[in-house]
Amino acid sequence: MAEFTLDDIRRILRASAGVDEQTDLDGEHFADTAFVDLGYDSLALLELVNRIEREYGIQIPDGDLAHTQTPREALSYVHARLTEAHV
Amino acid sequence: MSASGIRPGRRGRSVVTGLGVVAPTGIGAARHWESVLAGKSGLGRITRFDPTGYPVRVAGEVPGFRAGEQVPGRLVPQTDRFTHFALAAAEDALADAAADPATLPEYEMAVVTASSSGGTEFGQHEMENLYQKGSSWVGAYQSIAWFYAATTGQVSIRHGMRGPCGVICGEQAGGLDALGQSRRLLDTGSRLVLSGGTDASLCPYGLVAQMSTGRLSTEDDPARAYLPFDAAASGFVPGEGGAVLVVEQADAARARGVPAYGELRGYAAGFDPTADGTAARHSVLVSVVRRALADAGLAPGDIDMVFADASGTLAEDLAEARAITEVFGPGGVPVTAPKTLTGRLYAGGAALDVATALLALSAGVVPHTAGLGRTAPGCEIDLVLDRPRQTDPRTALVLARGHGGFTSALVLGAGDRDARTK
Repeated sequence: MAEFTLDDIRRILRASAGVDEQTDLDGEHFADTAFVDLGYDSLALLELVNRIEREYGIQIPDGDLAHTQTPREALSYVHARLTEAHV
Repeated sequence: MSASGIRPGRRGRSVVTGLGVVAPTGIGAARHWESVLAGKSGLGRITRFDPTGYPVRVAGEVPGFRAGEQVPGRLVPQTDRFTHFALAAAEDALADAAADPATLPEYEMAVVTASSSGGTEFGQHEMENLYQKGSSWVGAYQSIAWFYAATTGQVSIRHGMRGPCGVICGEQAGGLDALGQSRRLLDTGSRLVLSGGTDASLCPYGLVAQMSTGRLSTEDDPARAYLPFDAAASGFVPGEGGAVLVVEQADAARARGVPAYGELRGYAAGFDPTADGTAARHSVLVSVVRRALADAGLAPGDIDMVFADASGTLAEDLAEARAITEVFGPGGVPVTAPKTLTGRLYAGGAALDVATALLALSAGVVPHTAGLGRTAPGCEIDLVLDRPRQTDPRTALVLARGHGGFTSALVLGAGDRDARTK
């Protein structure tokens, strides 16, 4: 099963929605900071979903990831989907 | 009450206190102005993509623009190049005007830009994703990057300007219409408006869409490709870039203690539904010019220089020359078209012309039209050729015509900012 880590979330956010001086993706609190406080809106999350689906070959129903508040919550959601996909 | 909803007699003075330029002649108003005075052309063979195989191969590209350095990082992948240009120009214009939006009331600041092509290059990339890879590869930001108001929206968000924002699509005339709208907003409760326009459609999709007008030059020599009012005119060269201007109530600018490049004194717009390459008329332009002069309270003899639309196609050039001659008399006013250095920038063109005219008023110079040879028979205008004229102009008229019939005119008056000392 493909590995999916916080670094993958950082990588995808950087490439798809960009970073600026207000964004600290490498800070120690990254995983538990709400996406909105990291500066990422619903479009950024939509883009995150699209890229995870494409790269990891899983389906994420519309809106599911929007219910996650932080990168850690998104990570555990994706892990659950990946596990399901490989049962 | 006029059609604009503003009662006559309530009009305050509107001045321009800041300029941001991103153009084939250079990034920054100072560099652009140096190129204009030196007659340094920004036209060349297209490098943004391989133009081999396209009938149009010469364009005006912005040299050395690095989005990663000049645009907030998050907005680089989220927005199109035309928005990148405007974000950079807006930043420069605000700094030039010494205006800090954080210190001004957010609902009294607005953004009104002109747009013509929208986010074409971004859109082309996403369409390639669609037909090469499938719909799930189309980026979510396509939904906000392509459309005409994208630039106004991003600039508004960036600077916290929450007043009555908007976008005007009038092709090459849009820049003047945006400034006309800015002046209206200053009379109805806004104190500062970021206005102007940019365009960036030098990608295959953007170029091919424009080629359908039949007015783009297919000449391969950059020095021969865009010769408005010239006997050898062969159409126009497309360009990218534009200008963003800080427009303020004169009282507000004075209270802030900042000088003005000049004043927006008069504006009018019309529409010529018969406009096309073979039957261009001059009567609509004549009436627009006269109404702009009346709006400014000036007579033709009060105008010291005219910045021409300079279409580059013979019929339209003749129509413009006839209109100028009808209002001002044969050779009655110096006429110039520094846009021969940049090509026609669509939504950015008229905005850049206004910036150039304001720099000219500040410097006391009529800039010349570089690169022309023999004026076309029938053009009875006093075209400023070869070198700038040091005649200390105090007023300028800027003309712009957009594809399909948009026709606009803006009258500018000199301000109290001296570009020679900058």
